[in-house]
Amino acid sequence: MINDVAARVEANPKYHKLVSIRSRYSIIMTICIMVVYYGYILLIAFNKEWLGTKLGEGMTTSVGIPLGVGVIVTTIILTNIYVRRANTEFDELNNQIIKEANQK
Amino acid sequence: MNNHILRISLALLIGIIIPGLAMAAGPDLGQTAKQSTNWVAIAMFGGFVAITLFITKWAASKTRSAADFYTAGGGITGFQNGLAIAGDYMSAASFLGISGLVYVSGFDGLIFSIGWLVGWPVITFLMAERLRNLGKFTFADVASYRFAQTPTRIFAAAGSLVVVAFYMIAQMVGAGQLIKVLFGLEYQFAVMIVGVLMMCYVLFGGMTATTWVQIIKACMLLTGATFMALAVLYQFHFSPEALFTKAVEVHSKHGAIMAPGGLIKDPVSAISVGMALMFGTAGLPHILMRFFTVPSAREARKSVGWATTWIGYFYILTFIIGFGAIVLVSTDPNYLAVKMVDGKQVFDAAGAPLYDGLKGGGNMAAIHLANAVGGNVFLGFISAVAFATILAVVAGLTLSGASAVSHDLYATVFKKGMADSATELRVSKITTICLGIVAVILGIAFEKENVAYMVMLAFAIACSANFPILFMSVLWKDCTTRGAVAGGVVGLVSSVGLTIVSASVWEAVLHNPKGSALFPYSSPALFSMTAAFLTIYLVSKFDNSKQAQLERSLFPAQKVRSETGLGAVKSSGH
Repeated sequence: MINDVAARVEANPKYHKLVSIRSRYSIIMTICIMVVYYGYILLIAFNKEWLGTKLGEGMTTSVGIPLGVGVIVTTIILTNIYVRRANTEFDELNNQIIKEANQK
Repeated sequence: MNNHILRISLALLIGIIIPGLAMAAGPDLGQTAKQSTNWVAIAMFGGFVAITLFITKWAASKTRSAADFYTAGGGITGFQNGLAIAGDYMSAASFLGISGLVYVSGFDGLIFSIGWLVGWPVITFLMAERLRNLGKFTFADVASYRFAQTPTRIFAAAGSLVVVAFYMIAQMVGAGQLIKVLFGLEYQFAVMIVGVLMMCYVLFGGMTATTWVQIIKACMLLTGATFMALAVLYQFHFSPEALFTKAVEVHSKHGAIMAPGGLIKDPVSAISVGMALMFGTAGLPHILMRFFTVPSAREARKSVGWATTWIGYFYILTFIIGFGAIVLVSTDPNYLAVKMVDGKQVFDAAGAPLYDGLKGGGNMAAIHLANAVGGNVFLGFISAVAFATILAVVAGLTLSGASAVSHDLYATVFKKGMADSATELRVSKITTICLGIVAVILGIAFEKENVAYMVMLAFAIACSANFPILFMSVLWKDCTTRGAVAGGVVGLVSSVGLTIVSASVWEAVLHNPKGSALFPYSSPALFSMTAAFLTIYLVSKFDNSKQAQLERSLFPAQKVRSETGLGAVKSSGH
């Protein structure tokens, strides 16, 4: 019986819309986090001096520290943005698809 | 019957602790690392043990079926699971190790904590909801969803057990060393206490007790770390700039602690270590297992959202704690180890004593800082938190090891899925006891060994063997059993092999001459994970067997379930 329902889901254009939007979204987000993280790592590997530069005249804090904390904060924010969109917009579409598949 | 066993193990536990304390209370002449017995810390820890055992007793009454044992009946909320994941992931190594690294070299500690965090968005974006929708008890459920059960399960269970074993040895040895320093207990007793308590939690309370131990520990750790960071910042009127300025002034490396140091040597190592941490997190069996404890994909996503938030917040705290220790601990002779040469104290020209690192070793920065900002009672609290941290992590590891044996190997491979829930539960409990005993024996056997490479190895195996199979079987329609198993074996063998011939094992453990290691990089992940993916791709592409065609034809139905949750296992509440 599940297989019948699954077949109806497969036939529903909304399902393909959901899968393509969500897949594209998650791939873009994954690329974002990889660029941020590997960008930071490569910066450390290739330009240690710049990361050690002071933020301003007479200051101690170096450029690398706010950038590093920024990577942590970005990670938290990107994750929560994805969760919010998936749990509202995508889940609503998902529920519609399941409802329609069970109705027919 | 359960209560009876619980009472016996409690008696056993007390039997271990008391002689341990008696020995510890005696004069310690030999080892410098061992501290005098800290009664406040022991009382605080006793309180934690009492609460968690009480919860275990309550959880035992709810643990009746295999589903209860593995996944707490799927009745954990997203928020609770987020905290539990954080509790499962934030090990004593990340708390004491990262703050210790910041204490010694400043900036480099930040690089490390970022690495430990970036795996979480990858799990969120690519894995969490699909895992929850396809799986039931273990990640092998997901990997073998449309594949031939026997080979996939055997491999996935082997992958889980190898990762669990290395992670566990590192935790047990760390636990013994840490408790020796913190509580003044003998190493062997410390390891046995960890083993017995972890067995109690998992054996009687299964996933419900393990989850609550992890939640309580996460709350204690986050509260303690927040207090310490605030206490440090308070002294500098909440100005990080003022804190850094003072740290640069008093640290022996001065300005160098504000820039990246020697942690990242070459770009290839940097990328390779980064990959191991980023994708390894998505292949750790004890972490993946947590996704089956929530009722839906929606809650699974919520849990990673919360987990990432807590873990990221915690890593920012450890950075502040490390700098706080530079300022408040390194300037106070009470926390420093007196420099000794040939058993004699060394003085400078003016007759003042010289110091050499921290009392109890490099990992003690956060512990001494606790004393500096909160006195003896807070020191006791943080020591108890460190002990609780180890317990929560090893309980999670044991549970995932036990489920790999009882669910994947016994119920699915050996009994072909015909095992009833009661028998499966009994097998998992027997496995838990065996794993506990093995963990204690290995912990004692590896006491004097260098285990620094083991956590990195566990991550390397997780990202080279477990993650590629999981990723390809769920997302690539042409993936077949042969491809997945061949790729997993290649990933497992190459990650272990390359680690053995790298400097961290070849030179540091096997004592070969310096510079003789064949593999020059810090982590094999870049090569072993790539090799695993390539093998899965090529073997699957050329696999034209009947079985392969069947597996490909099952992909659309698997995709509907993984994307929409249609037909996914619901929570089995009572």
